[in-house]
Amino acid sequence: MIGEDLSIVLPELLLAVFAMGALLVGVYTGKDKTAPVMLWVTVAVFAAFAFWIGATGGDAREAFSGTFVDDAFARFAKVTILLSAAAVLLMSEGYMARRDLLRFEYPVLVVLAVVGMMVMVSANDLMTLYMGLELQSLSLYVVASLRRDSVKSTEAGLKYFVLGALSSGLLLYGASLTYGFAGTTSFEGIIEAASDEPSLGLLFGLVFLITGFAFKVSAAPFHMWTPDVYEGSPTPVTAFFATAPKVAAMALFARVVHDAFGGIVGDWQQIVAFLSVVSMFLGAIAAIGQTNIKRLMAYSSIAHMGFALMGLAAGTVLGVQAMLVYMVIYVAMNIGTFAFILSMEKDGMPVTDIASLQSYSTKEPLKALAMLILMFSLAGVPPMLGFFGKLYVLRAAYDAGLGWLAVAGVIASVIGAFYYLRIVYYMYFGEERDGLDTGMSPVLWGFLVASAGAMIVGVVNLFGLEPIALAAAQTLVN
Amino acid sequence: MTVPVIAFYAFAISCIAGGLFTVLARNPVHSVLWLILAFLSAAGLFVTLGAEFVAMLLVIVYVGAVAVLFLFVVMMLDVDFAALKAEMTRYLPIGLFIGVVILMQLAIAFGAWEFSDGALERVSAPTTAGTENVAALGLILYDRYILVFQLAGLILLVAMVGAIVLTLRHREDIKRQDVLAQMYRDPKKAMELKDVKPGQGL
Repeated sequence: MIGEDLSIVLPELLLAVFAMGALLVGVYTGKDKTAPVMLWVTVAVFAAFAFWIGATGGDAREAFSGTFVDDAFARFAKVTILLSAAAVLLMSEGYMARRDLLRFEYPVLVVLAVVGMMVMVSANDLMTLYMGLELQSLSLYVVASLRRDSVKSTEAGLKYFVLGALSSGLLLYGASLTYGFAGTTSFEGIIEAASDEPSLGLLFGLVFLITGFAFKVSAAPFHMWTPDVYEGSPTPVTAFFATAPKVAAMALFARVVHDAFGGIVGDWQQIVAFLSVVSMFLGAIAAIGQTNIKRLMAYSSIAHMGFALMGLAAGTVLGVQAMLVYMVIYVAMNIGTFAFILSMEKDGMPVTDIASLQSYSTKEPLKALAMLILMFSLAGVPPMLGFFGKLYVLRAAYDAGLGWLAVAGVIASVIGAFYYLRIVYYMYFGEERDGLDTGMSPVLWGFLVASAGAMIVGVVNLFGLEPIALAAAQTLVN
Repeated sequence: MTVPVIAFYAFAISCIAGGLFTVLARNPVHSVLWLILAFLSAAGLFVTLGAEFVAMLLVIVYVGAVAVLFLFVVMMLDVDFAALKAEMTRYLPIGLFIGVVILMQLAIAFGAWEFSDGALERVSAPTTAGTENVAALGLILYDRYILVFQLAGLILLVAMVGAIVLTLRHREDIKRQDVLAQMYRDPKKAMELKDVKPGQGL
């Protein structure tokens, strides 16, 4: 019995054991001198686990009296999380080492955060959900303020912590109201209880739960922490925030609304559609005034979360599939963009001002071209992969009868294209000036070029992502 | 009125009185003592509910550890409680407002709350008939919710690692105790006796 359960949570279990083992090795041997090795080993472990989870298949299996579920949806999210975490970790090594931030706890905390995310996407019970969420959040608060001598980094960590705690409180309140209505915290029980006309208490619970998730995916109007946290955290940590945790929170969001509240789609659909439309417009408009590229990426992520939520708002299999495809494309684009941002340096110091990119193309034509492709893709310009991601969610929303949402999405993406294109304009047509340092570490260069290449090559068949995402969506929505 | 009912009302009244005087007492040490009374009364309420184990935990953890810690903090830290008290009137309106909100929520919970059909069957009974408190808790914590329990442990580990990462500074220029060097030191080599003649230096 217990052996069967353990075999289902084996990846999480082994990762947790790995984190604790790495912690012991770090403490008892060379402390921070072991950090680079540990980081590389962690990356290898992440990649191996992603391959392992991706290779195993089969039907949904439940463990620990139904509090944990391992199905195609969870595996899809886990593989995305593991691979993006591995990529970001690999990119961060050079930056962290140069700024004397490469402490051995950094990879350990990232592993623990990833364990939390994996539990989140596999949660089949409100309690497991909360535990996974807290494990992830708590690790992220710490890495946000990793540069403890910097006021901005400390501010980022503290702000993230206070608002994250508030959102956890809202989420718990929603969970307790839901429990009070349904009499159980397991999703099977909740969907059984919430199938017909929901009562006021359940609606309150649902609204509070969604508010908590909106905080975690940084959807407007619960996005206030995002720009400050993105700006203050060390850039590799920002890159991490923009990728894996978003996937995890979005997958969790999808799982809860479909697995636990699948019987009352109409009730949450309007809330999610509202979050989606507000996020898209706020992300598009507020980013126009930004000159710091990290803040700009924060608003960009808010807008992208709006698009992903549009897929979720459809409430159909196609919607969840579109959301999953969109998230994968978003993560791939962000990894490339952050590889570029990590290489933005002037006289060895990191620069985040977008004006420093002026006339960049004359010095580094290839990198400027890669960045152009990524910016076009983020904006959703047709031949790039980002366009197809947007097309997917628009179609899902349209098919589900949310035509107005799709129209709003198109308008928002046209507004948002302005600030992406401004970066391209600066790089190609900006006035000649003493710009950034040239040169880039091979790892960052590899990720930048690979990501940009994927934006073009992926157009052919999305790397076979569609059927896998469809299978994942079908296990969730029934 | 049976004995349990009398006990319930007695404990409830002393619990509320304890909470009230925790806030109102002028002397902070008295506040903590009133708090201990509130904890003890709550433990008594748990006993009347048949949850002896939780009652004991409350006494051991809250009275034994938390309240004593409070007492130490109150006595050792020089906090100007008079100034804090003076601010109380300023925050009284918002405090009252929150109190009203909580009262309304309780009204919803006890008055207009609807359970779903079959909610009562789905509720996992806290004590299965015939099992004792400790056994029932163990069955829930270490059997049904073992995963959640272990994850809570991981969260505490993260909290500990985080506290160390963010605050510990390795200082290089201080002397540390080297136990092995101390144990293996040879007294013969450690000191040397010199016979210093009067009137002469070394």
